[in-house]
Order: sequence, then structure tokens, then C-alpha cells
Amino acid sequence: MTLLSILGVLSSAIFSGTSLLYTTLGEIIDQRAGIVNLGLEGVLLISASSGFAVTSISGNPYLGVLVAALMGGLINMILGYLVITRKSNQLASGLALMFFGFGVSAWIGKPYVGGVIKGLPRFILPGLSNLPRLYASLFKFDLLIYLAIPFTILVWWLLFRTRWGLGLRAVGENADTAFASGRNPWLIKYQALFIGGLLAGLGAAHLSIAYTMNWSEYMTAGRGFIAVALVIFSKWHPLRAIVGALLFSAAVAFQLLLQSSGIQISPFLLDTIPYLLTILVLIAWGGTRKQSAPASLGRVYQGTE
Amino acid sequence: MPQIPESKKKFIPILQGIINFLVRYGLMIVIALLLFGIILWISGADPIQSYQDIFTSTLGSSYGFSEVIVAMSPMLLNALAVALPSRLGLINVGVEGQLYMGACFATWGALTFPNLPANVLLPLMIFLGMVGGALWAFVPGYLRARGLVNETITTLLLNSVAPMIVSFFVFGFWHSPMDTNKTPNFSETARLPKLFGTRIDLSLILGLGLLIIFWLIMKYTRWGLEMRAIGNNPIAARRNGIPVKTYIIMTMCIGGAFAGLAGMSQVSGYYGVLLANFSRGIGFMGFLISWLAGGSPLGIVLTSFVISMIFSGGNLLQLTRDLPYAVINILLALTLFVVLARPSFLIRRKEA
Repeated sequence: MTLLSILGVLSSAIFSGTSLLYTTLGEIIDQRAGIVNLGLEGVLLISASSGFAVTSISGNPYLGVLVAALMGGLINMILGYLVITRKSNQLASGLALMFFGFGVSAWIGKPYVGGVIKGLPRFILPGLSNLPRLYASLFKFDLLIYLAIPFTILVWWLLFRTRWGLGLRAVGENADTAFASGRNPWLIKYQALFIGGLLAGLGAAHLSIAYTMNWSEYMTAGRGFIAVALVIFSKWHPLRAIVGALLFSAAVAFQLLLQSSGIQISPFLLDTIPYLLTILVLIAWGGTRKQSAPASLGRVYQGTE
Repeated sequence: MPQIPESKKKFIPILQGIINFLVRYGLMIVIALLLFGIILWISGADPIQSYQDIFTSTLGSSYGFSEVIVAMSPMLLNALAVALPSRLGLINVGVEGQLYMGACFATWGALTFPNLPANVLLPLMIFLGMVGGALWAFVPGYLRARGLVNETITTLLLNSVAPMIVSFFVFGFWHSPMDTNKTPNFSETARLPKLFGTRIDLSLILGLGLLIIFWLIMKYTRWGLEMRAIGNNPIAARRNGIPVKTYIIMTMCIGGAFAGLAGMSQVSGYYGVLLANFSRGIGFMGFLISWLAGGSPLGIVLTSFVISMIFSGGNLLQLTRDLPYAVINILLALTLFVVLARPSFLIRRKEA
């Protein structure tokens, strides 16, 4: 096991984990405002396919990323209309949105199955450019990877250091109280869903435009649900989401390491580790978990008519 | 004015209820069809012709009708797997995982004892499938009963684990010499018998039978009463000496067993082989069906039928309109959206 192979594993783990971090951040914002978005899988698929399609047509990956993010925000508005305005059940609406995503993404992506695009350009940070060539190739990342940590800090700042974030968390804890103190729970929930959708769209864009650089049906393979799990794992806190995403990436990295060192262990069993670990962590927290989950998560805000 | 007989007086409100129900849901489906028509039109298919074809290919021929019933059989069991725990106020979103585990356990039976006669092997596989699903639901049920973790979260997480375990076996020990992503074909004795010379298999009878039993238990037994009591007020129920924890674990396990049975019927009846990732969301569909039907057995049958009809229509779009099969999910989702949004012009607001 050389240093080079370990670095190589790390590099690929970062590539696979980035989309999860963005998606988890998006879901944290949704859930902090009291909305469980189970349709994330569908949102990701639609964003990934539309971003890929736009990149393929225009040849500009940045335009693709932009469209993917906007798509994510817009698709989340459907969920918003159902659960905020029409006050329907969040879990059922989310699952309906998931099926919507299965269909729409297959429809958008159909002409692009097997298509080739020029992915998001990868470049090396200026300070590292004097590394040996072999190592330098491992530190070439795309813009979205470099922006992942700044975005996480931005989300943390938004949620915990701004008035808007305070209002959003207040709505997630108790919408009636937030309403009584002069905030508009409906508007805040819509805003949360839109921003959450933008972030999920960025995650999906990284998946299809920067990482795999192709499109196939159901390509997200459960990443939406992983993100929902990671939100719980990170106790609804953006900075801890980094740990969650790293955990998942570590499982991927571990898998690659074992493969490269010739140890035969099924990748499928390794893939289950993050989920089982999340369940174990939840059990260990036991009842105390309630203090960190937004108190009105999943409830319908009926308003005070 | 002639006197309306007593029996008819009772009958009229029920009839009105049914007509209201049909008009409301009929209109909702029309809205969904209009929206999906736009999508068909954009992709260059004639919407009206497409709908005609979908209708005639599903309800217009006995073969088409039988295919709808084929798609409906696992939905009944999946919906029941959600409906039973929901009577206690439990949310089982883990049918997908329980389905996979049922299929996995049943496949173990089919591949280990391929030479047993069908009347021994099939009950064994049904038993194994139900055990697999029940085990997968036991964990969330137990954690919920102990007050440790909410069952919604655990069932969701375990959903993602089960397909990986199936993949582990399919790609590892069980894969057939020809293909990597499936097991060898099951022996003839490991296949559920088909009915009426169609592809409908025994799971339809099992599903309908279990729905009737569910209805009878909920309506006429002490268990049903106690479950409703827990659903309404768990604390009061516990004070009255109802064993709430036992009920939580048992209903989750029995629900999981139904989902496992659905998984068993998929591999043994529909496919005859275990495919990695065979489900693509029919377990989640169980949740939606049960929720839309409000957990009522008759509602489950009707909703499953409508949804299966939409699903079967997808084959036609794929074959004749050159659209991916998954596109039919759009029509399905649009229908769900419209039903979930409960358009206000269709609902008389009684409370207002």
C-alpha cells in the first residue's frame, strides 16, 4: 500500500461524497423549517437529468449546474404547494414527488442515455501546482468540490447567525409561536424548500455533470434517502453534515482500499455500514434525540384562522 | 307524494356518497390525464389516441385486464403491510425493505430445496418470506416499543439496507452461470400456481383473503377494538391494561410479514427468479395506497386497481410510443398530486 494509492482512494471518496453533502445541506434546511422531503430522490433525478441535458446541448457545464440547481428549487415548489398551501400529508406527498421524479427524469434524459459531455473542468489549487505530476493529478477537483465546505459554512451562517435563519428555525419548532411573533410561516417554509431544492440540485449536478459525466435512469441509486439518513445522523446541524458525508465517503474509500489490496469483501455489505451506523447512533442517543429534532417536524401548519 | 320506504331512506345517502366519491375522484383523474396529455403531446404522441390505446389495452381485453390484476396482487399485500400498523398510529414506510427481505428468504428456500414437491416447498417459501419480512419489521417495532427510535426513521433506513443484502447474495453466492444480476431460474415446484390460464398467481387470492380477515378482525374482535384504542390514545390504552408494547411489536411484525409475502410472490410468482433491484418502488406504492384509502380494505382494493391500471399502461407507451417505461410514473404522480392537493372546487367544505 503506497501513499499514492491511499491518496487516490481519498480523492475518489471526495468525488463520491460531494453530491451527498450538498443534498444533505438542502434537506437540513427543509427539515429545520419543519418539512420532511421524502421526494429528494425524485428532485435529484430531475436535476441530474436536466443539468446533463443542458450541458449536452450548450456544451457549457456551468450552465448545466445552474439549470440543475434551479430545477431542484422549482420541483421542491410542487411539494411546497402540496404540504404548505394544500396542507396534505408530508410523507405521502414526498413519495408522490419521488415517483414524479422517476418519470420526468426518464422523459428528459431519454435522448441522452449513453451521451458524452465535457464535464465540469477540474483544476488544481494554485498552491499545490508544484507537486510531482503523479500526485498533482489526484488533487484536481472541480469547482463544486472546492465550494462544498464554504457552502456548508454559508448554510450554518444562514441558519444560526441571521434573522432569517432564526425565523426559519422558529417555524420548524413551533409555527404558531413564530406566527404570533410576526413571521410568516408559509412564506418561510416556501423559501426553505426553494433553497433546499437549489442545494439538492447542486448535489445532483455534481453527480451527473462532474462525477459520473453520464446519465442513466435511476442513476442516483438511493442518494436521496441516504441524505435523509445523514440529516438525522448530523442532528440537523450543517457542520456535522460534513462528518456524515465523510462517513459515507469513508465507506466507499474503504471498499476501494480493500479491493486494491486484494481482500475479497462484498461492496454491498460495506455499503450497508453508514445506514447501520446511523441506526446505532440513534439508539445510543435514545430519548435525548428529541431535543435536536425540530419540534414540529412533519406536522401540518393549519394556520390560525 | 308517495311515502319513501324505510329501507330506501337509508339507501339514498349511501348512493349519494358513492356518486360524490366517483365524481370527485373522476374529475381528479381527468385533471391528471389533461396534464399528462400535455407531456405526451410535447413528446410527439397523440394524447387522445394514447389514452384510447391504454384504455383498450388494459380494460378492453381479457388479457389486458388480467395483466392489471397481476400488477395489483403485490400492491394489496403492500398496502395491508402499511394499513395494519397504521391502526395503531404507526407509520411503516419500510415496505420496500421488508419486500426485499421476504424475497431474499424465500429465494433461499427455493434454491436450497429445489427438488421438494410443490405442496411442501411453496408453504415453506411462503413461511420463509413472511419470516424475512417480519424480521425486518421487528427491529423498528422493537425500537419504537422501547421508546428508543421513531419507526418512521428506522423503516426508511432499513429500506436502503435490504436491497444491498439481496445484491450481496445475488452477485455473490446465488448468481446464475449466465447472468450476473440474477439467480438461476427457480424449479417448477418453486413457482406459485397460476390461475385461469393467465399470469395471475395465487398471491391475488392470498391478498384478498388477508384483506377480508383484516376487515373482520378490525370490526368484530377485541383485538381490533384494542388497536383502535391504542391508535386514539396510547396512554389511556396503557392505563386500561392493554399491552401497548406487545401490540406495537406484533402489528409491525405482521405487517412486515405481509410485505415479505408480497416479495415472495414477486420472485416465486411473477419473475420465477430473484433479480437484484427488482422492486423499483412498489413497496413505497403500498404506503401511498394505504394512505389514500385511509386504511380501509375496500379502498385498498379500488386504489390498487386504479394504480395498477396506470402501471400497466406504461408498457403500452414503451412499446408503441417509444417512451421509456418510467414515463408512466408521471401520470401516476400527477394523479397522486391532484388527489393530495384536494382541489377546493371539488370539495364542499362542511366545517366552514
